[in-house]
Amino acid sequence: MSGLFEYLLRLGDDRLILGQRNAEWCGHGPILEEDIAIANIALDQIGQAQLFLTLAGQVEGAGRDADALAYWRGETEFRNLQLVELPRGDFAFTMVRQFLFSAWSHFLLEGVAKSAHQDLAGIAAKAGKENRYHLRHASSWVVRLGGGTDESHRRAQSALDELWPWTVEFFGEDDTDRAAVAAGHAPSPAGLKAPWNAMVAEVLGQATLTVPTTPGRMVSGRQGRHTEYLGHLLAEMQIVARSHPGATW
Amino acid sequence: MFEILKEVLDPEVPAISVVDLGIVRGAEVDGTRVTVRVTPTYSGCPATQVIEREIAQALERHGFTEVIVKTVFSPPWTSDWINPEAREKLRAYGIAPPGKAENGLQLVSLGGPTKTVPCPYCGSSDTSRESEFGSTACKSIHVCHACRQPFEHFKAI
Repeated sequence: MSGLFEYLLRLGDDRLILGQRNAEWCGHGPILEEDIAIANIALDQIGQAQLFLTLAGQVEGAGRDADALAYWRGETEFRNLQLVELPRGDFAFTMVRQFLFSAWSHFLLEGVAKSAHQDLAGIAAKAGKENRYHLRHASSWVVRLGGGTDESHRRAQSALDELWPWTVEFFGEDDTDRAAVAAGHAPSPAGLKAPWNAMVAEVLGQATLTVPTTPGRMVSGRQGRHTEYLGHLLAEMQIVARSHPGATW
Repeated sequence: MFEILKEVLDPEVPAISVVDLGIVRGAEVDGTRVTVRVTPTYSGCPATQVIEREIAQALERHGFTEVIVKTVFSPPWTSDWINPEAREKLRAYGIAPPGKAENGLQLVSLGGPTKTVPCPYCGSSDTSRESEFGSTACKSIHVCHACRQPFEHFKAI
């Protein structure tokens, strides 16, 4: 299996699964503007996933398109981070997760946009622009929730404490990462840690939230090992395509 | 060739064409065969496929027998590619046109100065942003305090 194919699945799957989770808020947002905002962010993420997975299918060369990869792979074939598959939780959980993910994505996509692979660089540059306003939106909410009422502060801190151990997977490195770095397609995962920590500390400081010191979990979504939550998400995401194979409208 | 594509309107903002929008990046004509290079605006823009189909149909109506619409990603689309006439068409349609795209990173947007978008109806600068997200990926929602009119703004990106 091509290393670049595997790396593109990671880029695509992170955004597909988080986009699917965020889309669960559609019709349930706390206020109308926020409902529209989360649905817009989800749409961007699913669109980014479609571009990365289309490219993955081309690189693989086995005739699979983005739909085939999204709807016809099983749970163990997904390469997303475990962080993105966790249930959406309350609004604070959704926004804190979006913030932690977008901050990491910011530095990651900046690196991928420098790839010599022209399509990959272009898709990453476009996704990076969109990610900047996702990051602005999520970081603004983190500050608003952290500095809001006792209840909003408590919920934001609790979400942060729960999410923190999963963030270790952002910076994990295996053969696929090392191959992507060596080929000039990706920045070193470990190298993203310092700028991410600085950005997170800056925003959490403004939000009067405490940066957790809990150690990371042993997580391995990149190897296709997932929490029990991914299967349920996929069941909902894939049911229509699998019930009506080849359907068009 | 580009004259034909000026008939193809953006399905979500039918005031301007795909050429106005700056998404047609080039075309190669070979007799009655043509390859058109198109770049998407936003990654998740649901209009992309409709646009590709409409481009092919418009060219076929004008006698091309084989139309290939190719998607290109580099360089990524920017609202700076919307031409000046199209900006005026957007304003007349009730959508405030984008200013210059600034892609620097701004983190928390609370309390800081936000750039004022002039009202497309009365021209007043006494407006404020209600939401950075609107009815489509490319628009934000604003309100004019002078004429009390809510309006959309084509985001600068």
